[in-house]
Amino acid sequence: MTEPVIDKPTASATHDVIGPGHTFGSVTDKISVIVLTQKTPQGWWIGFGLSFLLVMVLFYAITYLLAAGVGIWGVNVPVAWGFAIVNFVWWIGIGHAGTLISAILLLLRQRWRTSINRFAEAMTLFAVACAGIFPLIHLGRPWFFYWLFPYPNPMGIWPQFRSPLVWDVFAVSTYATVSLLFWYIGLIPDLATLRDRARHRFARMAYGILAMGWRGSAIHWHRYETAYLLLAGLATPLVVSVHTIVSFDFAVGIVPGWHSTIFPPYFVAGAIYSGFAMVMTLAIPLRAAYRLQDLITMRHLDNMAKVLLTTGLIVAYGYLMETFFAWYSGNEFEMYMMANRLAGPYAPMYWALLFCNIIVPQVLWFPRLRAHVPLLFIVALIVNIGMWLERYIIVVTSLHRDFLPSSWGMYSGTIWDWATFVGTIGLFLALLFLFIRLLPMISIFEMRELVHTEESERN
Amino acid sequence: MTETKNHHAATETLRERLNELPGAHWRSLEELAGTEQFEAVLENEYPRAAALLSAGVSRRDFLRLMAASLALAGLGACGRKPNEPIIPYVQQPEDLILGKPVFYATAFTLAGFATGVLVESHEGRPVKIEGNPQHPASLGATNAFAQAAILDLYDPERSQVLLQDGRISTWDAFAIAAGARMAIQRQKRGAGLRIVTGRVTSPTLGRQMRVLAEQFPQAKWLQYEAVSQDNTRDGARLAFGQDANTLYRFDRADVILALDGDFLFSEPGSLRYARDFAARRKVRGATARMNRLYAAEPTPSITGAMADHRLAITAGDIAALAEAVARRLGIKEVGGDDAQALIAHAGWIDAVVADLREHRGSSLVIAGGSQPPRVQALAHALNQFLGNAGTTVVYTEPIEEQFANRVESLQELTREMAQGTVEAIFILDSNPVFSAPADLRFAEALIKVPFRAHLGLYADETSALCHWHIPQTHFLETWGDARSYDGTSTILQPLIAPLYAGKSEYEVAALLNDKAGASAHDLVRDTWRARVGENEFEVWWRRVLRDGLIAGTGAAPKTVSMRAQSLAPPQASAVETTGQGLELVFRPDPSIWDGRFANNSWLQELPKPMTKLTWDNAALISAATAGRLGLTNGDGVELSLGGNRVVAPVWINPGQADDSVTVNLGYGRTHTGGVGRGAGFNAYRLRTTAHQWFGRGLEIKKTGERVELATTQHHHRMEGRHLVRSATLEEYRRHPELFHETGHAPAPHVSLYPEHKSEAVNAWGMAIDTNICIGCNACVVACQAENNIPVVGKAQVAKGREMHWLRVDRYYEGPAENPAIVYQPVPCMQCENAPCEIVCPVGATVHSSEGLNDMVYNRCVGTRYCSNNCPYKVRRFNFYQYADFETPVRKLGYNPDVTVRSRGVMEKCTYCVQRINHARIEAKKDNRQIRDGEILTACQQACPTQAIIFGDIRDGESAVSKLKSEPLNYVLLEELNTRPRTSYLARLTNPNVKIGEHKK
Repeated sequence: MTEPVIDKPTASATHDVIGPGHTFGSVTDKISVIVLTQKTPQGWWIGFGLSFLLVMVLFYAITYLLAAGVGIWGVNVPVAWGFAIVNFVWWIGIGHAGTLISAILLLLRQRWRTSINRFAEAMTLFAVACAGIFPLIHLGRPWFFYWLFPYPNPMGIWPQFRSPLVWDVFAVSTYATVSLLFWYIGLIPDLATLRDRARHRFARMAYGILAMGWRGSAIHWHRYETAYLLLAGLATPLVVSVHTIVSFDFAVGIVPGWHSTIFPPYFVAGAIYSGFAMVMTLAIPLRAAYRLQDLITMRHLDNMAKVLLTTGLIVAYGYLMETFFAWYSGNEFEMYMMANRLAGPYAPMYWALLFCNIIVPQVLWFPRLRAHVPLLFIVALIVNIGMWLERYIIVVTSLHRDFLPSSWGMYSGTIWDWATFVGTIGLFLALLFLFIRLLPMISIFEMRELVHTEESERN
Repeated sequence: MTETKNHHAATETLRERLNELPGAHWRSLEELAGTEQFEAVLENEYPRAAALLSAGVSRRDFLRLMAASLALAGLGACGRKPNEPIIPYVQQPEDLILGKPVFYATAFTLAGFATGVLVESHEGRPVKIEGNPQHPASLGATNAFAQAAILDLYDPERSQVLLQDGRISTWDAFAIAAGARMAIQRQKRGAGLRIVTGRVTSPTLGRQMRVLAEQFPQAKWLQYEAVSQDNTRDGARLAFGQDANTLYRFDRADVILALDGDFLFSEPGSLRYARDFAARRKVRGATARMNRLYAAEPTPSITGAMADHRLAITAGDIAALAEAVARRLGIKEVGGDDAQALIAHAGWIDAVVADLREHRGSSLVIAGGSQPPRVQALAHALNQFLGNAGTTVVYTEPIEEQFANRVESLQELTREMAQGTVEAIFILDSNPVFSAPADLRFAEALIKVPFRAHLGLYADETSALCHWHIPQTHFLETWGDARSYDGTSTILQPLIAPLYAGKSEYEVAALLNDKAGASAHDLVRDTWRARVGENEFEVWWRRVLRDGLIAGTGAAPKTVSMRAQSLAPPQASAVETTGQGLELVFRPDPSIWDGRFANNSWLQELPKPMTKLTWDNAALISAATAGRLGLTNGDGVELSLGGNRVVAPVWINPGQADDSVTVNLGYGRTHTGGVGRGAGFNAYRLRTTAHQWFGRGLEIKKTGERVELATTQHHHRMEGRHLVRSATLEEYRRHPELFHETGHAPAPHVSLYPEHKSEAVNAWGMAIDTNICIGCNACVVACQAENNIPVVGKAQVAKGREMHWLRVDRYYEGPAENPAIVYQPVPCMQCENAPCEIVCPVGATVHSSEGLNDMVYNRCVGTRYCSNNCPYKVRRFNFYQYADFETPVRKLGYNPDVTVRSRGVMEKCTYCVQRINHARIEAKKDNRQIRDGEILTACQQACPTQAIIFGDIRDGESAVSKLKSEPLNYVLLEELNTRPRTSYLARLTNPNVKIGEHKK
């Protein structure tokens, strides 16, 4: 621990997964101090306050919705799904990066995941929480949402299992449960650390209860490792399954623009794409605010940028194939749908989506640009917007002009659509602010492991 | 225990006492409420209220209130039978059977002319109007107005109380005030007395007026209708030198020339004409024959849409066209040469003339009521010349009670009022303040009359300027009589006692006749007793009430002869077409007629046949003229004609003649209920006595403002999709299979799953003949009335949330200046492979064993996935609580057999499953199969042309099976393999090969 660890400072800036000079103690201090002793920064209060305000907007919008009905939104016939479904798919997609980072990268033994997995998982949870709101409140009669669950009831009626919406219920609820468990189990050793370090009696008690009696014994560690690996194994198929099933909501329908076999892989790639974009959107300001540059290093950002580029290219391939097959199918409805996307009333949105999701990420080919942090942040933000537009295009342009021209119509979100959407962003951020204030945003014990392995490798 | 027993005993006593009182009125209840048992019950049920009883002072008042509220509670539960016996149609039940509707025959009148209807009554509440199959003007069909009339009955905004200067008053007070005026007038022999009514065909009201005329010889009675028949009447006079009513026999016509004659919509006999016309266009089996319709008109009408050849020319050029046709046929009195405007259409005219000449005696020329008398006379001359008189055209005596010129008499009245010679005016069921020609300044003159009284369904623009307003009874609330277009009389019987303090026009007339208190029932019976005689009158009376018409009262044909001099070219001054600039054309509105239906929300929300606009009228303009003036849809413009101005939104109307702008009358109401107030602009403000139907010299100025218009169809082309398949009759004859060669038909059964075999006896299906669908919208309103479909309002329609389960799609084919216009009614297709069913997560839409795609409202959670996945977009969603659960009177009008849907629930057409179930129950009771034709869906029943046929497709002999085996039969979007149970018959046209133009 005492010998100098730096070989080449420049190299370490891009290739190391942890900054130089860290010991077990320094890592623990650096992360736990944010939660336990550091005075809550003013920026936190401002950020949390603003997010909380948006949460209130969300509550207001939902209350009005329940009182008046979904008519307050822009939905109509033919476009009976609008912002709610767009936002649902968007948020669920964002969640995917967390699961991918924590589970798949764990199984693939990608060590660079360590410093970002915790908040990526938290992001997953919060994103799923935001996503979960939408299918509930978009119902005409949300108070009967539980009819989608198979439960024994005096009516003697089960859900209609051929409907992708029922699969959605299972997929999303499983996903939420596994993500929560995975995140919580991963937190237990760190909660014990906080319990041991907390000075305040209430904090000690709270962290103590949450730590579930973790003492760090070898048996604990053994069981923990087994459970964590098992959960990682369980979570892995979910990364693929959830968005596959979400894509079925569309692919099973006969609407031109929805009815497409490419949707499952294309949705999964899109989900990971948008998820990584969101991780970067969050990580970059966070590491700056809490000076975590040596824990979330340029290596992390570089890797994430590469994932972004890769998934971005898969998504681009998806767009290309969609267009190609619309033409190749010879189906007049499919061809019209594509022509309408390219040149119809929503064409500006479609071209904006192509710009955001295909053109802009191409800058990530260049290592020099990948090392430019503000640029990365902007690219990530643009991809986030692009992915929202993608879902908007899929949902709205497909529906607004389908088979019978007599029934064609237009759609646009109302102020309540926007309020609800912005409100969930507020909810997401508020939860995130609470998380970074109350829980270690980087896994302490895994960082300690990392310090150990890095060290042994170096030796 | 004992307490409960006592309670029961007391309730029993109450019930017994109620049973003892036949036809318990609330007075009886009050008597009943005085007993000790009642007090005991009261004490048990309402202990707090009972304490009030002991207070002594208020006991009597309290009981009175209790009794009144009991009676009111009863009103909500059971209907209000009229006092006099009314006779149900076909069979009379021994007593009312709860849950079993009874049909009564009566008549619906539009501007005086009657259509025989059967009204479905549930427990004394009329809920649905159907056509009377025996009535010549109906033959079982109805138009949209008749279908919607039931809503007026239950309109909470209908006038409910008698008003004096805006304050609530009583009938007695009015009787005294009117009596005093009449006493003065009696001395003056009625010199200052004027009575204004709408068109009257009622023999009873006519009789009352004649009696009045005897008592007040100098009084004047005039009838004013904004949509008048003045031109028709004057045309007949001009042609024949005498009054004559013209009836058309479209069932005998092979070739029809309509000169701006919208005979499928705006003629008094339109319903019957539509049936007769369509009967000659039905192509079934080997008999592939059709009539041929030529239409020339300035603005596309539903008649023009049915035409095999349509000419879009200005209204002013119609006269020249009629002359050109007459000239070519060799009618010598019409001199001169073809007008400049028609030179481009010479080929068209030649072909029409040749066709007419080939069909002497089986051709028909009809001029619309908006064309001036000379055009009417020319049409008469053509019919005479072609030998159509007596075959396709029949002349009779006038149907109306007083066949006088309306506008001139209104002009005279206005002059007299302005001079102050009118001392008392009674305006019955007419709204001249709103609808009189603008140049008369009727309102200004009216307020100079010292005594003004108005009878109307609504407190309207006229009642606002009258001292007295008397609420009028709805036609389902009163006795009466009326004649249809062919003269057939019907006795109107009330289905329900007046819901409010309404009085009929007969009762008001009786008051003027010094017979105050005479009931409409007695007055009508007196009229007919005098005609039929005392002998067997009661039997006769019961029979005509049951049948809904008085057989043999149709007007007898009469012979007329043409006066040659009538065809001489008129002096220039008499021509309405003079002047420069744009032409303005007035038309009755397809939804609200002359404005009288402005407060009917079903009609306000009914998409107009051409524009599919709801809740508004617009200045309809051709694309070329709009382009020249730099206008687009929704642009606000100021229309000015002869110094009158009005601001209107523009709507580009494909098929509109260039330089001709059409406005629909009836909008821009200022005094009516909240439904009609403020919708659209008032086109009457441009209408003058000189330009009643059209006039030149219109100026259009863009205001720069935009007006949001709510249309239900935004896209008008089929985009090359085979939605309405059409061909010419000749193509079909040569190659009957051509409609099935679109290359879309899927292989017979391609599925991973085995075909579902249903055990059910019946398999329901529907066939819709687009060849005879005239797009009149009657089915849409019928569906709305039958299925308790809510209205949503303009803002919601603009958002795309209209609720019609059945819509009529309208597509344009060909060039925008004069496109072919086709209609396609779209109900639920009841797909056998229904895309909606597999995506519903809760199983709220499921397939019945009989092939219906059922909707379980109670189970629906509102994901709207089914709507997204429905390729036909026939599902409708309650985005808000659209149905009215609150208004008590509105609730009376709901069909008790159909759920009233709540917010958040999807709904759709189910082939009127309640009617299917009703028939199934009846069939089971008789231990038989359901007969073909026993079930009529609401849309089918209303359809004037019988374009919709429903039945069992498993029965090969059923009407629907036979239609489905026609080569014309195809299904919509068959390539999707949804296998719809609703199919269409392709549209055929019968063009004249000599007209080698773009038209099919």
